[in-house]
Amino acid sequence: MLEAIGAASIDDLFRHIPEYCRLTRPLNIPRGQSEPEILDFFQGAAAECAPGWASFLGAGAYRHFRPSPIDALISRGEWFTAYTPYQAEISQGTLQAIFEFQTMICQLTGMDVANASMYDGSTAMAEAVLMALRISGREGIVVARSAHPQYREVLNTYVTQRGLAAREIGYLPDGTVDLAALEAALGPDTAAVVVQSPNFFGAIENWEAAAAAAHRHGALLIAVIAEPISLGILAPPAAADIVALEAQGLGIPVGFGGPYAGVIATQEKYLRALPGRLAGEARDHEGRRGYVLTLATREQHIRREKATSNICTNQALCALMAAIFMSLYGKDGLRELAEQNLAKTAFAAQAFAAAGLQVLFPSPRFNELVVQLGPGRAEAALPALSRERIVGGFPLRRYYPELDGAVLVCVTETVPRAAIERLVAAYAPAPATADPRELVSAH
Amino acid sequence: MAITRASRHLVQNEPLIFERSAAGKRGYQLPPLDVPAADLTGLGRLRRDQIADFPEVSELEVIRHFTRLSTWNYGVDTGLYPLGSCTMKYNPRVNEQVARLEGLAQGHPLQPEELSQGALRIMHLLSRYLLEITGMDAITLQPAAGAHGEMTGILMIHALLSARGEARHKVLIPDSAHGTNPATAAIAGYQVQNLRSNARGTVDLADLDRVMTDDVAALMLTNPNTLGLFEEDIHRIADLIHERGGLLYMDGANMNALVGRARPGDFGVDVMHLNLHKTFSTPHGGGGPGAGPVAVKSELEPFLPIPVITAGADGRLRADYDRPRTIGRMRSFYGNFGMFVRALAYIMANGCDGLKQTTEDAVLNANYIRRGLEGAYALPYDRPCMHECVFSDQKQQAHGVSTGDIAKRLIDYGFHPYTVSFPLVVRGAMMIEPTESAGRDELDEFIAALRAIAAEAETEPERVKSAPHTTRLSRLDEVSAARQPILRWRR
Repeated sequence: MLEAIGAASIDDLFRHIPEYCRLTRPLNIPRGQSEPEILDFFQGAAAECAPGWASFLGAGAYRHFRPSPIDALISRGEWFTAYTPYQAEISQGTLQAIFEFQTMICQLTGMDVANASMYDGSTAMAEAVLMALRISGREGIVVARSAHPQYREVLNTYVTQRGLAAREIGYLPDGTVDLAALEAALGPDTAAVVVQSPNFFGAIENWEAAAAAAHRHGALLIAVIAEPISLGILAPPAAADIVALEAQGLGIPVGFGGPYAGVIATQEKYLRALPGRLAGEARDHEGRRGYVLTLATREQHIRREKATSNICTNQALCALMAAIFMSLYGKDGLRELAEQNLAKTAFAAQAFAAAGLQVLFPSPRFNELVVQLGPGRAEAALPALSRERIVGGFPLRRYYPELDGAVLVCVTETVPRAAIERLVAAYAPAPATADPRELVSAH
Repeated sequence: MAITRASRHLVQNEPLIFERSAAGKRGYQLPPLDVPAADLTGLGRLRRDQIADFPEVSELEVIRHFTRLSTWNYGVDTGLYPLGSCTMKYNPRVNEQVARLEGLAQGHPLQPEELSQGALRIMHLLSRYLLEITGMDAITLQPAAGAHGEMTGILMIHALLSARGEARHKVLIPDSAHGTNPATAAIAGYQVQNLRSNARGTVDLADLDRVMTDDVAALMLTNPNTLGLFEEDIHRIADLIHERGGLLYMDGANMNALVGRARPGDFGVDVMHLNLHKTFSTPHGGGGPGAGPVAVKSELEPFLPIPVITAGADGRLRADYDRPRTIGRMRSFYGNFGMFVRALAYIMANGCDGLKQTTEDAVLNANYIRRGLEGAYALPYDRPCMHECVFSDQKQQAHGVSTGDIAKRLIDYGFHPYTVSFPLVVRGAMMIEPTESAGRDELDEFIAALRAIAAEAETEPERVKSAPHTTRLSRLDEVSAARQPILRWRR
């Protein structure tokens, strides 16, 4: 090949790189490893991450049962080794799957249109706010403090350089956003009101009231949904202007935080302000139905600095997982999943209360609840939880200093009743000598 | 040339999943509840009606549906996928296997650090290797894709300049750059100033000298650039930017041309992103997920997004959130962790020698194609290229055949097309990136196919202009689709 090129050596091909740029020593990286060695390394690493333990962590990343067809299907090379469907004729699989995903997200959320996905829920929320700024021409941003703290951090990163800051609204003793305070914060310059439901504490917000408040001031309501399984039973935010959704719960592995798939859905009238890819129906030259990427004039590769976003990739393979998950569970399954989550969480709330622990925030909740253990108790319970192979709740102190001692506990359908009972026992204020399991059986 | 590589076989039609749906069909089974059923009355008006028109299908129907759809796709596993700038290299299967190990696939990002040491170690080791490969000082893995990495880098540049007490308003971007570069600068609040390319296809130093004022925060440079050419004046470019108080951002989309051969940290780059889905073999997944780590020089380290993974003296790893000068958070949790696992597996499998050889093979393959197509297609910049080469349709335009037509015709020959009409500095561009994954036989077939199409363009241009002729559908009407968008199915 070198001869065909007219080069004497491989080095010749790199000769035009100035000498001072060239790396003249080997990279300080070990020799190539064989497959057994690689498996060994990662199996060792995986073993250090509590495999097989029951987990009560949610907080934006939810463990739901993933039926086996998902991985079987997405492991086909035609799905995962393809790229963006620029050439529609040889990408109809990806395009139709995206179209189906968009449709299912619309059905779930009550919106008219949904994009092909964003990076995750946090960036979807931030981009939804940028979208609202563009639509309204206003600059005020009002966010419920009961929205995911990391989502709010991302939003601040996205808007700070524009000299903007989100105004945060506190929560009521029942765990929902203080709507009166929220409305008082709205004004003629408010572009967006951002409310999450179920919120970070698991409490279900009132979409209609939030939308009414926003609309009275000409602002857009951005409905944030971090746990999509909730939509199996909860009313969708049909009154919202934009929905920013994290699709992870729909069959995407928790996987230490990613990759996930965010989505922005909205009403028809805001379509042209929507960021991200869109698949649309088209006809080929013989009139046959197919799908193409469409409305690309919103996007960076056409509009460059005038695009609606700088986003290029979506999370197509994750969106595909969600589409397969939604197809398998379907209309009945999603409702049954949601009901099981509700039931398990209600059971856990009762068990905590029965054990003498205070369950905060009495408003209706989905699959998370906040339990006040007392400062230091969550950390003190770690050894007991480890013995039981349980990952406990998330201590809220880092993001809500006023909730020091409280943990956010998520109870999905994957957690058996016995694990809930063991968790309660480990957290219960037991006399030092008593075995916590006996304490529970005493109830 | 007879088409030998591709032929027809049975392709199933398949409707939308909603059109397969019928009341009562189901594809799931949950274990019975082991706690009392939920009392739904408490939800009152918060409860929804059933999800109208949501699918109701059996498991086998789901399997067949998505299997049939998959057969309408072309992937790297199907054949050569020389989509320029996208680096469609082989996605090793061991990567997929290790990413699915239970502890990694099921681990929660908020697990206590003592229950996350394995995951933190993967991130820490990958960070170390990426720093060695780039010659940079510090890194964040958090950005979810290349464009997200660009935004992270530009926000860090803004933070550094603000800390210096400087308010600069412009970002310089060469006309050959990816569209994400100007879009990123704009979303980060900067004005975009375009920079002309010179006759050699690289940055025009005189133009740079003219526009590089004290109002310019950074130059966003892709190196090698989108023409596949190394910016040979990089030293002078970097000096000019630095002398006037700006920073040099490198779009690392083409880092696969440099690994083991040259390090951006050694040629004046201050901030850069990497695309794990390009250079480091993580799968493209039909359009994502990607991952776009950002590496910086030490001066920018205080501004990295939170958290930063650090190692204690005892070797225990932790996530550090206490960083007062951080730009904040770019994404929830750690980023696209599953891509970190795959990229690390790739680096480990290749090792120091393999990484360097991968670069060499990618450059060798691109130059082989450049030589192989000389004469048949116009070559606007006739110089040795790196990992990709850019031709144009100038000769075929005489017969009314465009780069888009040639691309469609390539499908009939059994290949995925190259990148069409990009970079914008070349009219009718044909951007070809074979990657190291292609062997010589495959390259020869590809060259022969493109040469045959060049001949067809002269003798039977209509055949090219109406291609593809062998696909299930052909020439979808994108104009009508955009004029009256149908973006979801409705009953």
